[in-house]
Amino acid sequence: MNEQTMTPGERAANLKGMGSSRKRVEDVRFTQGKGNYVDDIKLDGMLFGAFVRSPYAHARVVNVNKEAALAVPGVVAVLTAEDLAPLGLHWMPTLAGDKQMVLADGKVLFQGQEVAYVVAENRYIAADAAELVEVDYEELPVLTDPFEALKSDVVLREDLAGQTEGAHGPRKHHNHIFTWEQGDKDATEAVLGEADVVAEEMVYYHRTHPCPLETCGCVASMDKVTGKLTLYGTFQAPHAIRTVVSLISGLAEHNIRVISPDIGGGFGNKVGAYAGYVCSVVASIVTGQPVKWVENRMENLMSTAFARDYWMQGKIAATKDGKITGLWCHTTADHGGFDACADPTKFPAGFMNICTGSYDIPTAYLAVDGVYTNKAPGGVAYRCSFRVTEAAYFIERMIEVLAIKLNMDAAELRRINFIRKDQFPYQSALGWEYDSGDYHTAWDKALKAVDYEGLRAEQAQRIEDFKAGRTRKLLGVGLTHFTEIVGAGPVKNCDILGLGMFDSCEIRIHPTGSAIARLGTISQGQGHATTFAQIIASEIGLPADDITLEEGDTDTAPYGLGTYGSRSTPVAGAATAMAARKIRAKAQMIAAYLLEVHDDDVEWDVDRFSVKGAPERFKTMKEIAFAAYNQAIPGLEPGLEAVSYYDPPNMTYPFGAYICVMEIDVDTGEWEVRQFYALDDCGTRINPMIIEGQVHGGVTEALAIAMGQEIAYDEMGNVKTGTLMDFFLPTAWETPNYTTDHTVTPSPHHPIGAKGVGESPNVGGVPAFSNAVHDAFRPFGLVQSHMPHDHWRIWKIANGLGMHG
Amino acid sequence: MSKMHVKLTVNGKEVEGLAEPRTLLIHFLREDLKITGPHIGCETSHCGACTVDIDGKSVKSCTTFVAQVNGADITTVEGLTNDDGSLGVLQEMFREHHGLQCGFCTPGMITRAHRLLQENPNPTEEEIRFGMAGNLCRCTGYQNIVKAISASAEMLNAQKEAAE
Repeated sequence: MNEQTMTPGERAANLKGMGSSRKRVEDVRFTQGKGNYVDDIKLDGMLFGAFVRSPYAHARVVNVNKEAALAVPGVVAVLTAEDLAPLGLHWMPTLAGDKQMVLADGKVLFQGQEVAYVVAENRYIAADAAELVEVDYEELPVLTDPFEALKSDVVLREDLAGQTEGAHGPRKHHNHIFTWEQGDKDATEAVLGEADVVAEEMVYYHRTHPCPLETCGCVASMDKVTGKLTLYGTFQAPHAIRTVVSLISGLAEHNIRVISPDIGGGFGNKVGAYAGYVCSVVASIVTGQPVKWVENRMENLMSTAFARDYWMQGKIAATKDGKITGLWCHTTADHGGFDACADPTKFPAGFMNICTGSYDIPTAYLAVDGVYTNKAPGGVAYRCSFRVTEAAYFIERMIEVLAIKLNMDAAELRRINFIRKDQFPYQSALGWEYDSGDYHTAWDKALKAVDYEGLRAEQAQRIEDFKAGRTRKLLGVGLTHFTEIVGAGPVKNCDILGLGMFDSCEIRIHPTGSAIARLGTISQGQGHATTFAQIIASEIGLPADDITLEEGDTDTAPYGLGTYGSRSTPVAGAATAMAARKIRAKAQMIAAYLLEVHDDDVEWDVDRFSVKGAPERFKTMKEIAFAAYNQAIPGLEPGLEAVSYYDPPNMTYPFGAYICVMEIDVDTGEWEVRQFYALDDCGTRINPMIIEGQVHGGVTEALAIAMGQEIAYDEMGNVKTGTLMDFFLPTAWETPNYTTDHTVTPSPHHPIGAKGVGESPNVGGVPAFSNAVHDAFRPFGLVQSHMPHDHWRIWKIANGLGMHG
Repeated sequence: MSKMHVKLTVNGKEVEGLAEPRTLLIHFLREDLKITGPHIGCETSHCGACTVDIDGKSVKSCTTFVAQVNGADITTVEGLTNDDGSLGVLQEMFREHHGLQCGFCTPGMITRAHRLLQENPNPTEEEIRFGMAGNLCRCTGYQNIVKAISASAEMLNAQKEAAE
């Protein structure tokens, strides 16, 4: 076969472009242990930093005595807030418009808070010396309940005393952060007042943690000769980190190079800026030596970026035949000691206003109150777009609660309330314009795939058997139809710290027809090096195998806001397609010149431009690439490269239908997932293998969250789940097999129609598992029970319903 | 702190060095020998990212002192690559079946799977899931890891048969 005889289909297959389950290029390194993660970095003279952390959740720091620590051979420095204060670095700005102590400034607000930073020749000495730093604390009353905090006289944030205005409007109480309102309050209350049926419930989404297998860390290296700081770190947003470091340190941005090497999972944990980064930079500037800081697992779970912790009071109104007329939600959001939520600036509760979900709800109102407590700060989007998981869990529970009230089948209730295909683009009552969707098709496909009617018949038989004493196991069918909002986002309303949330791609075609592309994002396992090359391959007709992809080095990559909130494909993926199209446009002119025809007389054909009506006359992209570097073409600059900064016109709205079938033992509380069906519609599918892998992983994280994983505190503010002994991460043994499926509804505004998928399975999975538990107990009178549904809590449900005799 | 002399065979090569009695094997491998395939994920033996093979057993090197294994024969994921530099069967099958994403657990997973297939060359899915339960993955949901190990078993058995 050669270029003349191959069919267009064969030529397209050779490219391994979009739609191909191309094997990952990353894996050759990773499977051999040749990844390069932060803790693998070793620089000459590198020191190691370790924190002294507070054992108390709320206490005054009366005195810090460093003497014994400094006396340990090999200890280079011990930093406290006093040392950082002259530099103005004892506090740092948070992503949410608040500020946060880098090292304890007079008091501590959560257990595990950073009090002092020990710098030593190696990690053993640093750990030894950290033990020897003597801190005198004076305990203060602890507030771990946000509702109590809003009533208490105890002032958590004394630094904000008297400030009645916060970053997001008025503060109602000294422990209150903000109120955020969306929708029409009066109209919604009117609808609730007139409705045939109103179901009301408190839906709590507990505090948990992204817990990537690699913890957070960095290596800061200040070169005193060049004045240049290189900061390697586990950063999901390397460019934003560079800007933040510049703003808070006063170093010129061009003198800072931030590098995100391989990242061992992020899931939102690695979006924020942490005390460890600031202290390591300061320590490197002070000592003139590179300084590494890598947190251990307990530090990771106790101090860096928790997720969720939303108390969502809901009311849902409907006609007696089940048409939803209104939705009301008041959320009390526990933000911990500092407001360090990672959300776009104008959205202090993220995109919680997607909480009308997949349903055509004409009237709605949402209010969110942020509250300070004595818990760790964070509030990141753990494998979801900003607060979308909370929103999806809320609406998918409220639908179930309404179904109980109406005595209706929950699948049917969903079906009659879905936004119809012909209603897109759909303007939601809480302010979003849903770009596209076909929920009824997806739903019908899902119900048919699991034989929904059959499952309900089996369940009815099971209930009969249970009541007759023939079994002690219940069967739950957990339904979910979720709609996500991802791809943040349009610069007109989405920024973080004033940085618009566009993203970027630069592509350079080499003379021999291979290429390098650089993006403003950074993979943490999503396989960007594989999939973004596929987009380029399809767009410009060079094989994906000939395209190198690079991310994470701010000295070489174009500026972008990074990878989280399923934004890489919707935003950087769009930039990639647009940059490729710029290259193709120039290639068209080169081809026309070479073929001696007018630009308009050539047409694109997989990997070449050919003369219209004479396909045997063509120039392949490879030939065009060489010509770009060796021909003097009138009116054209030499070379073949392009950059695109893409500001998305809208978010994308992936959706899906998930169904979980679960067996539950009422005597032990043990559960077993018998079947899990996940249908995802992420628009155009770039690499089906990777999509499937993302779904497997996301559903497994959802399983963990719904069925056991939590960051729990006792009343003294002690973290009860600070190791992997107590913090539930499912093993291969507990994890079921999943059946994946899809429909394809391309995004109408995205250049290739893609919507993003990495977080859908977490967003849809959590309510599917939780609804399965609830559904099992529904016939026995259960309406609502809080996650996580561990064996003990499930046993308690059964016990509370009188099922233990 | 005084140091002791340590001698090990790692991936077929004899190595030696000085280590404090309290030095953990994972740190000795990573810091002293610059073998950075094994990773640190929890430091409490739960996650298995640090799994190495010691004298024919899977061991979590984050809770093992190097002094405890003086003289041992150790294999890390780096030692499972073929001599010609090509991917070993497990490495290739993890790639083929998308059994990894971020790659952080992968060295421990593959090293453990290597031993599992020595212990049980024909494992059922249930036996693979049980045998791998000491290694946590946050990305894949295990489904493709199980597939990769299963496919490796088949391939290794076929190779063995062909050789016999």
